[in-house]
Parts: sequence; structure tokens; C-alpha cells
Amino acid sequence: MTDLQLREPLIFELSRPGRQASTQFPPPAFGSAEIPAHLRRAAPPALPAVSELQAVRHFTRLSQMNFSIDTHFYPLGSCTMKYNPKACNAFAMLPEFLGRHPLGPEPQGFLACMYELQEMLQEITGMQAVSLTPMAGAQGEFAGVAMIRAYHRSRNDGGRNEIIVPQAAHGTNPATAAMCGCSVKEIPCDENGDVDIDSLKAAVGPATAGIMLTNPSTLGVFERKITEVARIVHEAGGLLYYDGANLNAILGKVRPGDMGFDVIHMNLHKTFSTPHGGGGPGSGAVGVGARLLPFLPIPMVGKDGARFRWLTERDLPHSIGRLSGFMGNAGVNLRAYIYMRLLGREGMVRVAEFATLNANYLMKRLEAAGFEAAYPSRRASHEFIITLKRENRLYQITAMDVAKRLLDYGFHAPTTYFPLLVPECLLIEPTETEAKEDLDRFCDALIAIRREMEQEPEKLSSAPHTMPVRRLDDVRAAKQLDLAWKPAA
Amino acid sequence: MAFIPHTPDDISRMLEAIGVRSIDDLFEEIPAGLRAGALKVPEGVGEMELGRLMSERAAGDGRPLNFIGAGAYEHHIPAPVWAIATRGEFYSAYTPYQAEASQGTLQLIYEYQSMMCALTGMEVSNASLYDGASALAEACLMAVRTNRAATSRRILMPRSVNPTYACVARAIAGNQDIAFEAVDFDRSAGRTPLESLKPYGGQDITALVVQQPNFFGCLEEVDQLTDWAHQNKILVIAVVNPISLALLKPPGHWGERIDVARGADIVCGEGQPLGVPLSAGGPYFGFMATRMQYVRQMPGRIVGRTLDADGRPGFSLTLQAREQHIRRSKATSNICTNQGLMVTAATIYLSLLGAAGLERVAAVSLQRTADLAASLSRVAGVRAAFTAPRFHEAVLLLDRPAAPVLAALARRGIFGGLDLAERYPELGHAILVCATETKLAADIDSYAGALADIMNPSRAAA
Amino acid sequence: MSNIPSDLRYTKSHEWLRAAPNGAVEIGISDHAQSALGDLVFVEVPEVGRALKAGEACAVVESVKAASDVYSPVSGKVTAANAALASQPELLNQDPYGAGWLFRLQTNAPIDGAPLMSAADYAKYLADQAS
Repeated sequence: MTDLQLREPLIFELSRPGRQASTQFPPPAFGSAEIPAHLRRAAPPALPAVSELQAVRHFTRLSQMNFSIDTHFYPLGSCTMKYNPKACNAFAMLPEFLGRHPLGPEPQGFLACMYELQEMLQEITGMQAVSLTPMAGAQGEFAGVAMIRAYHRSRNDGGRNEIIVPQAAHGTNPATAAMCGCSVKEIPCDENGDVDIDSLKAAVGPATAGIMLTNPSTLGVFERKITEVARIVHEAGGLLYYDGANLNAILGKVRPGDMGFDVIHMNLHKTFSTPHGGGGPGSGAVGVGARLLPFLPIPMVGKDGARFRWLTERDLPHSIGRLSGFMGNAGVNLRAYIYMRLLGREGMVRVAEFATLNANYLMKRLEAAGFEAAYPSRRASHEFIITLKRENRLYQITAMDVAKRLLDYGFHAPTTYFPLLVPECLLIEPTETEAKEDLDRFCDALIAIRREMEQEPEKLSSAPHTMPVRRLDDVRAAKQLDLAWKPAA
Repeated sequence: MAFIPHTPDDISRMLEAIGVRSIDDLFEEIPAGLRAGALKVPEGVGEMELGRLMSERAAGDGRPLNFIGAGAYEHHIPAPVWAIATRGEFYSAYTPYQAEASQGTLQLIYEYQSMMCALTGMEVSNASLYDGASALAEACLMAVRTNRAATSRRILMPRSVNPTYACVARAIAGNQDIAFEAVDFDRSAGRTPLESLKPYGGQDITALVVQQPNFFGCLEEVDQLTDWAHQNKILVIAVVNPISLALLKPPGHWGERIDVARGADIVCGEGQPLGVPLSAGGPYFGFMATRMQYVRQMPGRIVGRTLDADGRPGFSLTLQAREQHIRRSKATSNICTNQGLMVTAATIYLSLLGAAGLERVAAVSLQRTADLAASLSRVAGVRAAFTAPRFHEAVLLLDRPAAPVLAALARRGIFGGLDLAERYPELGHAILVCATETKLAADIDSYAGALADIMNPSRAAA
Repeated sequence: MSNIPSDLRYTKSHEWLRAAPNGAVEIGISDHAQSALGDLVFVEVPEVGRALKAGEACAVVESVKAASDVYSPVSGKVTAANAALASQPELLNQDPYGAGWLFRLQTNAPIDGAPLMSAADYAKYLADQAS
């Protein structure tokens, strides 16, 4: 692409006083209603004044500057960037669903979908009940830890305020624990990526509220000692929290409830393919075992005879309460429902199978090409880690350089520098919806980049070269804060 | 196989490359005793079949004539908004961590932040939160971090604030020992009088929440409330409706005294009115804006404009050291995903409407609600509850319980408002009604006619 | 090798302390710490007059990739804070033991009881950490 195609002024720079997209304005209303002078705005807000075509063209051009699943292979580890079926969006945007006010009489068609979604999620996770109200993974985590706290309090055991997390945990885990007023104890993993059992035994005690675990872990391997972990934590009086970030890897193969977990959140925007939307909306449904049933967040959907209805404070008086103004990201949940119905039971098992097949294939090919896997003796789950520490030593190339160079080859970069335990790492998650040819092309690109490291490393350190912008000055961004356009005085 | 591209040949070549005989061998590390049996989930169906089911369910829910607001508002959504927002490049992209491959989303968020600053009269905005209610909870947590003059963690929550927002704030912020104190409203005016705050003067209080317009649709005397709070070293958290800001004084300008800081300190609210459909309650988006001096205490993502290696302008996420992936247990919030796609819609909406269009939408909504309240008040047994000036909602009092009346209206395809009996039993038989620009004079007539018919059947028949 | 002036004392969390005879002390973060953080973009210092306990978090140093709390090595009252860092956080990268100082305290107890290391011990501590 040429420079000319890729630069787009701010919408404010396209604005001219007096220009309007007036088709979108309602006709004026006649009457005497007005706002008292002292409560009225003095000058109009500095919003752009553009024509409809200018707005359409501007935002279409901006969209073209993005990588996305629809346009590029997007192997972003821990994010499950699989195909978002168009049907999920089309059916969720039927006008009756879109036009429905949340406080009107209970819409039976919509609630039937939500009720069935709760039941399907309950079945595939092996839990006793599911609430769809949390609006993202982090809010699901919050709900989970808040329920654990409420459970201990209900047993007059409210002194339990320590949450154990493995070092490899996602940053939201410790942040969530803190938001729930808990302190965090981090425990290490052993050299094969499993939780260090001796450290766990030393960490649990009368203050243990619970442990937060992802399985497969963020290291891309299945936690083999999970049954022992569950026993140790339960014997100490704590509960087990399952972070569903990596549920895609085990869908239909093993159920968190059967592993001993008491509470789970699912990222419907990962495993159940609702769109990531450039950073949300997500949906973080939570499921619980018997002990936490009374504490689920509301509203949920219940059924009286043939009639569906909202379950509220009256039905669940011990609920941790409401986390959103209405019922969470309802339209996202609807997309997840449609996706699950399209897949059905065989399709869901295939998700885990082919996500795992793709990850293991890619890992083996990259190892054969000379890249170093972080856990070579282990099977990859749906994702795996390559460490570039050797390349870093030999060529002073960083994981960031490789990530940026991959953009030039037309691939979105894998996750870099996460998990924090592995130096110079790339966390690669191909997902089940990618074809073998695309995995091969990605592999070939990394092999070509490897050759560049040896022959022309500056191509990496100055990458990307073909994007709308070159590498950005993050220090300047944080020091000379420019967070909003302002009209000239 | 649904959405899986592998041919039998692909599978055998991949298994060979890995060195295993079957896909099942890849799961050998999962202890055998844990393996799941057959799932009790329906079999998969094709798009055509599922499309029919979804259309049937949608059709059953119908398209009623809606006069409910209460935090979610039905406005016209221009056709370009979702045509563009659902383009795959926006719809199926991730959070813009790889800035060079996400300039479209990043520039759009920068434009969004600029527009929210313009609307609210504040210096900085974040890239959105989940929804209006949770945004208020985050604002309360932010106020506790920000107000170093106060150590009490007490927040004044007027009863004229959306009661669900107050519930959500308690559920989220309550885990950190924040106490919310209810402040009463004036029964005849429908707003929070200064007198009800006076007992708190001189006390150690973290913040005062002010919703404008308040839950009843009434306008609060925001200047008085803001000045009182600032004189008492209390931060002001404003909860506002973005459409109303086309007409109303922006929170950044609240307050009249010159001896204390002007303006609200933290502004938040529900962004749904800006081009996001009602959609049974979500997804919507929360917005938040503040003063530059508090930017490091603000939760959520923030986009900044900077320069690239060639000295040309570009956009990236900034101030990330506040966030959970770096700061972990000391982060400003655990928030990670926000509501990017809804922000995309809102930014396109605000660009199409501009200041003139938004003002028209607000002014027409104001007039329609005045017409609706006047029209319904002419029905025998119905009167307006409050005297304070309002924006686009009104509380009406009925001479009998509201639930059967609203149910009868619903049977005629009219959602006549929200029953306040549970939330505000002291008001008697009260309903909250709303008319935006989408309600024409004929719609208001239909509602008034149906209401008269239901409440006074004999008179209507005669 | 990072610069470790011999006339200062150090903590395990990488603060340095410069003591005057009258109980006044100056506090900052070590060259090693600033180098590990990278280019600083923001520094928050404590308010003058604030009473600090030993081990209390009282300042924040933030780079693009990390934000760290700074802990006061000793108890005392803040008598001065380095206001220049608000607009020039890079001073801390350029001159961590001079222009990049963070705050000054008046202590009322002898600081010898505090768990502080000599320059030699701190150098050894850093070497142990690295290995």
C-alpha cells in the first residue's frame, strides 16, 4: 500500500462549520419545553460537522488499517482468535432482538435462548448452575472471587482472605483478588510447567480463601496434578477457581467440575467465538458447584412451567448482587448461543481436538526449523510457547522485533512477553479454524525471519516497514500526554 | 465439520509430522479418570435451520411501542453506524496491543476520547468501561484512590440516582469497605435539596454522586451541589446522559463559586443512547472522564497520540503501567476487555449527528416527553409527580396500582413505562415514562388513548 | 555494572538513603533500579508534611513497562520532595543519586536500627540476585 492510501486525517480535520448529515436529524418538534437558563449549555460541544459520505469513508478507511480475523491469521496466544461466524451476528441483530427494552415484559423468545445457553454451559463445564451476567472475563473473575468470599462469610469463616495464584497467572487474577479485598500469594511452577506441590502445601492454611487456576495453564500445558491440587486446597478449607481463558483446549474432553473446581468463568468471546470487537464487548459467564449456588450474580433466567422469567433478589437473596445495569452483555450471550447451536455436541468436541492438533503441528514444525519450545517434553494444549532467548543472545533480537516483523509478512503477531516467566517468549495459539496451508505459511514466514536475524538483523530491529506507521514512541506517548484533540483557540 | 477446514489428508499429514497416530493421543496428558463422557447438548444444526428458529423466536417477542427509559433509551440509529461497525476489520479485531497493525481502532478511540471530552467538558476520557452502572462503581473506587483529604471511604449516594446503579456500586465497590450513605430527595420537586446534604457538612466524606438528569428525569441544581461538595473537600462524581449534554451544562462546568474548584471531578455514565441498540440490556458501554491531574487513577484503557520512528503521528495505548497486565494486584482495576465495538458505533454516531444533530435529538426528546406527560396527565386518575424541570423522562402518579395497567397496555403492544412500586414504594402508584425523538405525536396519542380506555373503560365507551 | 556510591546506604527494594548528622535524610532509588525500569515517564513524590513509617509505600516511579512503589527505608516526616521530577522524570534516569533524588525526611529515631546495607553489601546483593 502506498503512503497516500494509509494516512487518514482526524475526523475533526474533515469538519467544516455548517456541514451536516441532515438525513439523520429528526424533524424539529414544536412546543414550549425548555431547559432553565442556569442549567443550559453555553456553547455547543466541539463535535465534527461532516457529510454522511465523509463519515462513511473516514471510518471505512480507518477499518482498513486494522488486522483482524476476517483479513489475517491472528495467532494471539491466550486470546483464541477463531473465526466469528457471520450467522451469529446476523441472527443476533434481528430487529425484534435489537429493539427490545430490557425492562419491558419478559421476552420469551430471547429468554428461551438465554435459558438454553445457561444449560449448555452448565453441561459442558460440569457445574450446577450458570449466570450469564458478568460482562467480561475480568468481571467473571470478580464474581467468582466475590462468591468465594460470600461463601466463607456465610460459614462465619470470613477471615479467609488469601487467594493463591501460580506465578504464570494472567494479570487479572491478582488484580481481581485485590478488588475483592483479598491479598495474593503467588506460588511457583516446576520446570515442566506444573504447579509446585510443596509450595502449594506451604501456602495453604486457615487464611486460604481459594486458588485461581487456568488449566491448561498459561504455559500452554495441561496441569497434570490437578486432582492433587484440588485435594490440598479443599482440605485446607479453600475453594478452587477455574479461569476459563483456555477452555477452548479442553472443550468436551474434560470438564472443570469433574476436575474439582467449585467456580469457573468462561470467556464467551474466546471459546464461544463472539467477536473481540477491537477490545470488547466480551462476556464472562460464571458457573458454580453446589456450595456456591446461593451466591450467583443476578439476574439469571429461570423457568416456571413453560414460562421463562428473570431470577432476581427475591429468588436469590444471598446473591453477590448485580454487576451491570440490566443483564450483562445480552447480545453477546445471544451470539454465543447461536454459535453453540451451530456446532452442537460433536462440533464442540472437535473444537478442542483441532485446536490441539493445529498447535502441536505448528510447534513441531517450528522446533524442526530450529526454534526452541519452552516446554519441549510436553504436549502443547491449544497453544504453546517459543522462547527466543538464544536468538536474543546471538543476534540481539527481541521477541518484540520478531512480532513486528511478522506484521510485514502479513501475520498478526503472537502474544509477546506473556507469561512473564519465560524470557523473550512468543505465545502462539492458532485455533481450530485455521487451515494447514495457513499454518505452513506462518511457519515459512518465521523461518524467513530467522534467516534475516542472521543476515540482516536491522530489518527486524526497525520493523515494521509496511504498516501505516513505523514503530511508535511509547515513552513520548506516556510523557507528553496527548489524549484528546482540541479545537484551535 | 462446522468451521473446521481440515481434510482427511491434512489430518494424516499433520499427525505424521507430530509423530502420533490419532488426535486422541494428543490428550494423553489428561488423566484418564477425568475424561468427559458424551455431552448432553443438542446436535449441531445448519445456518438455514437455525435461522428459522431464531426468526420465530424473535417474531414472538414482537416490536412493541416502547415508552420505557430508566437508563436505556430508544433513539434513531443511522444506517451507516452498524454497517461500518460490523465490518470484519472492526468486528473481528482484538484489543490494539500491536499498535502498528491496529491504527484504525486506535485512531477511532482517540477521536472517541476527544468527543467525550467535548461533551462532558472534561480534560481526559478513557476508552470505555462495561456499562453505565459498573462505570459508577469504578468511579467510586477511583474517588477513594484520588481524594487524599478523606480517609473515611464514605460516599454520598442520593436516592434520586438510578437505584440499580447504586446496587451495582455496592456489589462491586462494597468488597473494599466503601460505605454508601443514602441522601433523600424532595418529595414534591423530585430532586436532591441542598438541605439534605447539610448534615454531612464538615465530615470526612470521599465523594458525592450527582446524576443529571436524575433517575426521575428531573434536573438537579448541579451548581449548588457541586459547590457544597467542593467547599467540604468532597469529590463530585457526575453521572450523565450523553445525549442530554447537547443541551445541558457539561459537568466540567458545574459550580459557580470562584473560591473552590469548578466542575465535577469524575464524570461517568451510560453510552448506549449514542447509536447502540436496546438489545434486551446489552452490550452497552460505560464512559468515564476526569481532570488531567487524576488521569493515573482512572481505570480502563487510554489511547494517546505520539510519533513513530520516522517522526510521523500515530496512536498507541498509553499509561498501561496502571493496568492489570503490568501492575497485577496493584492495578487501578481488574478491567481488561472493555466495550470497543460499542465505542466504534458511538464514534460514528456522534460524527454523523454532530453538535447540531445531537442538539436536535435532545430538544425533540425534551419536547416529546413534555407532550407525553401533558397528554397522559389529561387522563382521569393520572397526574405528574414532580415539579422540577426535566429532560426526557417523567414520573406519573396513578390512582391505582400500576402493574395491572402496564400489563393491559402491554397486551395492546404498548410498553407504558416502568413501575416504581418496588423501588420507591413511598411514591405510591408511580410509573416512569420516556419519549425520545422516535415517538411521534401519533404514538403519544395511541398511548394516551389506550391508557384512557384501560383506566376509565365506561367513560371511553360513552 | 551499575553505579553504587560508597557514601550511601541501600535497601533490598533498591532505595538509597543519604544521612546527615542532624537526623535529616535524603532518599532516592538506585542506578540499578532506574536502569531496570527503563525510561521513566512519571514520578509521584510524597506530600511535604506527611508522616511516614519505615517500609511504607510513599512514592511511585513509572516507566512504559512497569510501575513500582518506593518504600521509605526509615520513619520520619517529609520535609521536601523533588518537584522537578513532575515535569522531568528523566532526571531520575540521568542522575539517580543527585538531581533525581525523591524526598527528604526528618527522622526522630536513630537510623542505625533500620535494615540498611552498605554499598559493598548492596553490590554483593545485586550480584547474588543476578546469578
